[in-house]
Amino acid sequence: MNIFRRSQVAKETEEELLSHIQLRADDLERSGLERAEAERRARIELGGRERYKEECYEAMGSNFFESLVQDVRLALRVLRKSPGFTFAAVITLALAIGANAVVFGIMDGLLLRTVNVPQWESLWGTMAGENTTWHSYPNYVDMRDRNHSFEALAAFNMVFVGLDTGKDPSVANGFATSGNYFDVLRIQPYLGQFFHASDEHGRNSAPFVVLSYAYWHSRFQGDPSVVGRVVGLNKHPFTIVGVAPPGFQGTLLFGSPEFYMPIVNQDQVSTEGLLNARGTDHGIFEVLGHLKPGVTPAQATADLNRVGAYLETTYPREVGHGTASLAHEGLTSFERPAEAFIAGLMLLAGLILLAACANLGSLFAAHAADRSREVALRLALGSSRRRILRQLLTEAMLISLVGGAAGLWVSVVLLSRLSKWQPFPGISVHIPVSPDARLYLVALVLALISGFLFGIVPVRQVLRANPYEVVKAGSTGRLGRRMTVRDLLLVIQIAICAVLVTSSLVAVRGLARSLHGNYGFDPRNTMLAATNLSMAGYSMDKVPAMQKRMIDAIQTVPGVEHAGLVSDYPPLVLTAGTRENVFKAETTDLRNSNAAANPYRYEISPGYFGAAGTSLLAGRAFDWHDGKDAPPVVVVNRDFAGKMFGSVMNAVGSYYKLQDGRRVQVVGVVEDGKYQSITEDQQPAMFLPFMQSPASASFLIVRSHRDPQQLAAAMRTNLHQLDSGLPVDTKTWNELLAVVLFPSRVATMSLGVMGMMGAMLSVTGIFGMAAYSVSKRLRELGIRVALGAQRIEVLQAVLGRTVKLLAVGSGIGLLLGILATKVLAYIVYQATPRDPLVLTGVVLAMALLGLVATWIPAQRALSVDPMMLLREE
Amino acid sequence: MTDQAQLLPGTLDLLILKAVSLGPLHGYGVLLRIGQITDSALLIEQGALYPALFRLVRQRLLKASWGVSDNNRRAKFYELTAAGRKRFREETEGWNRLATAMTAALAARAEEI
Repeated sequence: MNIFRRSQVAKETEEELLSHIQLRADDLERSGLERAEAERRARIELGGRERYKEECYEAMGSNFFESLVQDVRLALRVLRKSPGFTFAAVITLALAIGANAVVFGIMDGLLLRTVNVPQWESLWGTMAGENTTWHSYPNYVDMRDRNHSFEALAAFNMVFVGLDTGKDPSVANGFATSGNYFDVLRIQPYLGQFFHASDEHGRNSAPFVVLSYAYWHSRFQGDPSVVGRVVGLNKHPFTIVGVAPPGFQGTLLFGSPEFYMPIVNQDQVSTEGLLNARGTDHGIFEVLGHLKPGVTPAQATADLNRVGAYLETTYPREVGHGTASLAHEGLTSFERPAEAFIAGLMLLAGLILLAACANLGSLFAAHAADRSREVALRLALGSSRRRILRQLLTEAMLISLVGGAAGLWVSVVLLSRLSKWQPFPGISVHIPVSPDARLYLVALVLALISGFLFGIVPVRQVLRANPYEVVKAGSTGRLGRRMTVRDLLLVIQIAICAVLVTSSLVAVRGLARSLHGNYGFDPRNTMLAATNLSMAGYSMDKVPAMQKRMIDAIQTVPGVEHAGLVSDYPPLVLTAGTRENVFKAETTDLRNSNAAANPYRYEISPGYFGAAGTSLLAGRAFDWHDGKDAPPVVVVNRDFAGKMFGSVMNAVGSYYKLQDGRRVQVVGVVEDGKYQSITEDQQPAMFLPFMQSPASASFLIVRSHRDPQQLAAAMRTNLHQLDSGLPVDTKTWNELLAVVLFPSRVATMSLGVMGMMGAMLSVTGIFGMAAYSVSKRLRELGIRVALGAQRIEVLQAVLGRTVKLLAVGSGIGLLLGILATKVLAYIVYQATPRDPLVLTGVVLAMALLGLVATWIPAQRALSVDPMMLLREE
Repeated sequence: MTDQAQLLPGTLDLLILKAVSLGPLHGYGVLLRIGQITDSALLIEQGALYPALFRLVRQRLLKASWGVSDNNRRAKFYELTAAGRKRFREETEGWNRLATAMTAALAARAEEI
């Protein structure tokens, strides 16, 4: 392309010069010369044609690409000459851009495109407000038929079933979906077909199963002949009709279902009778659909709330609507915390990039100062300042592009690992992050911006350079004001790093606190066994007796100190929790708005509190006399007692009403605890005897100091002796807590990584500054030592400034960290840097970093040999 | 030819602008016009004219287009752009100031100081 342009210009110039010769020859001919002689004369008068052609070409100004190639070549030479500088700069940038790219990738995956379906942009899910009870199938049907905003509304619920293929019954998790689910999502089956709205003809009318692609492979070995086969779901026959496409993982971000079944058949796999119950809040999990063209999310929200209000007035006893809002399908109720978390992460990653730029800026300024002689020489030889700046910027861009590419590579590796990450054994999780063009674009833009940022730092320096001065005095002249830019950069960088270190320490403290917090039970020395009797075909009336036999069987296991049972899920397991409205004893109109409280509800067996390690504050716990025909009794937590009855003492013996109208008497009060999440505010909770409201799914809870593996094996053996067809899943409470602690863990981990990166950046920054100032002043130091300066004086002279800057920077950073508490609180539970331990930790960490970073330069300064130095110059 | 004056650095551009300001010219025409308006008092290397013309085109002070000369030769014609006209005015003023100052300075005699 260059060559092409060059020859083009050359041709045109040649033509013009020839035309000049012709014109001149014409004149000469007119004055009486022969034509040949005239042309010869004209040629001579014009002068060296080739030389002028060349000058013309140069006068056209050099081509952008041409000088770019020149610049890049020179930059490569310069960078190759200082490999240490280049390496440090590239690594620094790779870290910073890598961090930003990873955070962007996560944001892209979690917030921007959560569900892998066509036209996901217009797909919205409804997010119910706090304390609402309208997530039931009849409400969904009304919502679907009465709204005017969605093209169609689908719904799904999560189900856990025993799936029996004839050989090995095992637990599978799936979605019970409305018939139109796949059509609303606009996806096509990989194999066979999906079920449709037209297959629904009332309760239990559509016994069909669609397998997920992954489950089809893992459970059915990818056998295409499964279509048409009949399998047992909780002993009911269902026909496999198709397999979902490989990319489709359901419409929940974190859980991917193994199969899909029509929601009209959900009562066959749960014992609750969910389909026709309007008052339940777990008949469906979420509704979702594509907005009609032109309908805004705000209009749709208003529309849904209008239907909700209608439902609330029509069914005051069953429906408490609250306000719904819309969210992009996938995260829905997780969207806001996830957004806050990612925003916080982005902020920190941005800070890292900024610190890296400050770091590189001072490196570049030092680099440019070292090259002032070269720059001066080039200026003296007639190079324009613009050209020199372009050269410096080219170097910066080159470094930033290489660093950016390295960072991008790291982030792609990390993200692809993240997408395969399975943090919890036995619970399938997919984190839908996959690097795409947008990620590359972001990395490129970040690289260019940061290259520009740190590239312009030395600009002033170059612009002010006076070639005569520099060449005359050499580069050892007083650095003077030039230092202050670098000083400022170092302070900024250290301050940012101190903020990062502060936040990571805060996060670690927060995690430690939530790990050792009071949950209201003691997860240590426990073993939990999850069973669902409906999977083994037990009918509801046989459930309590069987569960009592299970507890008895477990109690005979050697080493078991306490054993108890809780229906559905124990507290803090899988963020499951059931809440129910309760009413004052004298309330007769049990509509939602009259509810006195909305406590968590657990059904427990006698012995549960002992097994869980929950202490009884007043009254009594349950015993086996609190059976089906005994008076209805309840145990509440301290918060409930305080809210409903004023005090623990008042509560014992008092009565209140449940949602179903039963009057229950409080017989005991237990300590407060956490129920659904670690970060929740204190909530009321009530515990009912499991025999008075039986449920087929339950957790057996065992307290024992025996080896967990032996214990679990013994428990499984005893349970299998009772019923060999019952799937049993054993885990310790702490293992299950991992799910609830996951957000805090992730937050701590990411903040920890950010803090480490910040620390590394500050070490390299301080090191660079100290090493540079030592090397600049070696001669001066030699003279000082020769004149009898003490070691401490030498150190003070050479590192005093760096240490001062470090102190100032750390101080500012710490202050900013404290001010940033609010931001941190989004990410970490109970984040407070106003914690003496954190404050001391930050000060110590920064001091340690300073020590590490200045160690080598200090050694170098101390080992100065005046004689050697003086001889050298 | 020996009594021709050497060009001061930078004056060639101004002369070219002046020559072209009187009407579009090809390169050779510029030379003739400069000779004509300076009474052939200035020495200009013919070939040196072209790099100067190219530079002025690049600075967008001149624009060039191929055409046909009076005696039917293909030639590249130059004319002033708006920016060129503006620059020409400025440079003319600058030159006049300089020339006045120089003349006054050189005319000064001891008794006037």
